[in-house]
Amino acid sequence: MVVIYILLGISVLVASVFLIVFLWSLFSGQYEDDYTPAIRMLFEDTPKEKNIEQQVPKT
Amino acid sequence: MATTHTHTATTCYHCGDTCKETIHYDEKTFCCTGCKNVYAILQENNLCEYYTLNDIAGLSVKNPATAEKFAYLNLPEVKSKILDFSDGNIAKVTLYLPAIHCSSCIWLLENFHRLDSGVQNSRVDFLKKQVSITFKEQETSLQNIATLLTQIGYEPHITLNDTEGKDQERQRISKEQKMVLAKIAVAGFSFGNIMLISFPEYFGFDSFSEGSFKYFFQYVNIALVLPSFFFGGWDYLSSAYRNFRKGILNIDFPLALGLIVLLLRSLFEILTDTGAGYLDTLSGLIFFLLLGKWFQQKTYDTLRYDRDFKSYFPVAVSVRTENSEEQVPVTQLEVGQRIIIRNQELIPADSILLKGEANIDYSFVTGEAMPVEKVLGEMIYAGGRQMGATIELEVMKPVSQSYLTELWNKDDFKKTAKSQEPTLQLQSFLSKYFTYGLLAVAFSALGFWLFNSDMPKAINAFTAVLIIACPCALALSSPFALGTAMRILGKWKFYLKNVSVIENLAQIQTIIFDKTGTITERNNSEIEFVGKSLSHKDKTLIANLVLNSTHPLSQLIYQKINHNTEKLLLEDFKENTGKGLSGLVAGRFLRIGSASFVGANNTLKDYNTKVFVSIDGELKGYFLFHNQYREGLATLTQNLWNEGYDLHLLSGDNEGEAKNLQKFFLKNEKLHFNQSPQDKWAFVAKTQQNGQNVLMLGDGLNDAGALQKADMGIAVTENIAYFTPASDAILDATNLPYLAGFLKFAKGSLNVIKQSFAISLIYNIVGLFFAVQGTLSPLVAAILMPISSITVVVFTTLSVKAKEKEISGQETGNRRQEARHKI
Repeated sequence: MVVIYILLGISVLVASVFLIVFLWSLFSGQYEDDYTPAIRMLFEDTPKEKNIEQQVPKT
Repeated sequence: MATTHTHTATTCYHCGDTCKETIHYDEKTFCCTGCKNVYAILQENNLCEYYTLNDIAGLSVKNPATAEKFAYLNLPEVKSKILDFSDGNIAKVTLYLPAIHCSSCIWLLENFHRLDSGVQNSRVDFLKKQVSITFKEQETSLQNIATLLTQIGYEPHITLNDTEGKDQERQRISKEQKMVLAKIAVAGFSFGNIMLISFPEYFGFDSFSEGSFKYFFQYVNIALVLPSFFFGGWDYLSSAYRNFRKGILNIDFPLALGLIVLLLRSLFEILTDTGAGYLDTLSGLIFFLLLGKWFQQKTYDTLRYDRDFKSYFPVAVSVRTENSEEQVPVTQLEVGQRIIIRNQELIPADSILLKGEANIDYSFVTGEAMPVEKVLGEMIYAGGRQMGATIELEVMKPVSQSYLTELWNKDDFKKTAKSQEPTLQLQSFLSKYFTYGLLAVAFSALGFWLFNSDMPKAINAFTAVLIIACPCALALSSPFALGTAMRILGKWKFYLKNVSVIENLAQIQTIIFDKTGTITERNNSEIEFVGKSLSHKDKTLIANLVLNSTHPLSQLIYQKINHNTEKLLLEDFKENTGKGLSGLVAGRFLRIGSASFVGANNTLKDYNTKVFVSIDGELKGYFLFHNQYREGLATLTQNLWNEGYDLHLLSGDNEGEAKNLQKFFLKNEKLHFNQSPQDKWAFVAKTQQNGQNVLMLGDGLNDAGALQKADMGIAVTENIAYFTPASDAILDATNLPYLAGFLKFAKGSLNVIKQSFAISLIYNIVGLFFAVQGTLSPLVAAILMPISSITVVVFTTLSVKAKEKEISGQETGNRRQEARHKI
């Protein structure tokens, strides 16, 4: 049962790490725009690939 | 078949509008050269994917941009304020582009570097409609970027606000929101972990476990609660302290008191090994309080509308110098300077007309859609927009002292609603008495046990009372109830300035309506023709002429007289903004417009709009536009009378409409005509002196005094972009008929708050029952507190949502009634 000291210590430590990571992401602007990235993700890629795609007949 | 000539309508490939005159390019049709140009630019740069992402990606570009327009962006003082960052090499700017509306926009703007090689990178924030552009200052300039953006249809909206630093407020708000989220994260972290570690405590450390664990858990709990207490609870502690020093006991005082006592007692118990402490209750309390604060903040931010004139004014204006013109920032305009104002530009300062024909559109200030003609030498007030050719004006007053800004900055008009937690009167009242009551109970418990010579129990009871008597309801019920209420009202297009407005709404007894624009529709009218009766041929001629004008009055006339009118040959069409139309229809010369334009004598002195008509020089008469009252007005006034409100009407017009108005306002003495803005203000003041709580509904700046004076002022608008600084709320005109429902809803919401106070009182009594006996166990405290908080939150939110039926209940009633009339 003595192992509980270690277990508790580690679990609190891990939880603190997550807390710190969250605070870091919050203050570095991660949540300022939570809408646009979802749309941006769906765009096609850069010019080089695009020229090839343009040759494919559009439906 | 009748000889109807129908246009074969083609739609523009770029913006989707039907083309009046089709322009062909690259096998596609466009409605104007503007749209065609955008397409050409995109095509040259291989950006046609823009059109594949959305059906109607483009917006019509009717006003071509000239580089001139953005010349002021080269001025160093302007640049330094607009740029986010600049080191001579790389610069970064964030621009507001109101035209952003779809995914194609995002795509195109993020590929902007392909249109301007000086641009390195651009990133769009869709919800804020902003784009952040990083560019090389040596290769391109702010002016180039702005011009190019306009050319592809995304004109940046740069106003005085951006250069005068108000932007910082927008940043600050985000920072506050971030802080609350950070605090919630820390508080949640503490709360969760402490609860977990406290479990063994609840189930008892008996023979099985080693006693040493107990101490370990307790010390870990202390370590966990300290960040939550100091970081999370800081606002409450500091607010209570600040107000205490001023002698005020606000809502934060009992909260802070509870927090401090909880911590001290817990620390004492743990360190002296006399108990487990109440750290679980403490961390839970902080967590729930912060959740309430976050919810409150979110609501207020979404419904914020404290813009002022700075968000509408341009940054710079053209000033005439010796031989040419130069761009001068608006704030540096001096009296006596001669400014040049072009079509569609806003006049930034009170000035006198020196040259040109001025037709000033004051719609965003007064709501009047008709431009006003001004003569040479006449004073033109800031805020108006020139519609027509270029004019030159001499500045009479600096921008910050113009009539309008003076009006808006008057102390009367400044409602000090800057507070994040505006207190309701009810709430302030209750929190004060709550604190006194609480202290009374605590001290009497202390006294009782001391009297019985039981010192430990006395301290126990005293601190327990302070811990358990949770003003959670006070702190949580109003943000959640009122926040939900404001959201719901926002859904019904009724936007309140802040939460205390709901309380005002519930206390109203008298309602005063302004006439023009409030209960009458601005853009819709009943038309009758006064004069010689028009033959069918005459009507056809008129219809052919007005068809070509986009003026709202022309369109109304067209709708009225158009019955499959045949198309006739139109030559020489001329439209003089603000004056009228003229042209040759099938050889006959027509003039339609104002009295002076048509050459008629307008000796009739009433305020109704008249449009005169002459054919081949012969005056035929005029179209008379009657007030069209808003749909649902009759039901609204009927409901209000039934609910016991006293109604009045104030109008700047003459008694002409009295007959029509009587069916709404019933008695003649309720109607007041020929009211100037001062008269309206005085009337409101008099009604208030009679002890009545007054609600005033108006639509523009001429009501501003009265709106401010009233206990509650609502600006009724057809376009939320108009603003009246003196109003407590903005109501979209289409939802005016629901006013009676809104009032009921406000009353209902307040009742919900009162009920939630009652619920919390029950919890408090149960808790106090244990506390005064000195038998409050940490477990009971830890259970009661979250349960009471959650109950209060859920109850208030659901009840307020249920009250929404008060508004929509009216709706079904109205709809049924209107349906019957139509049949």
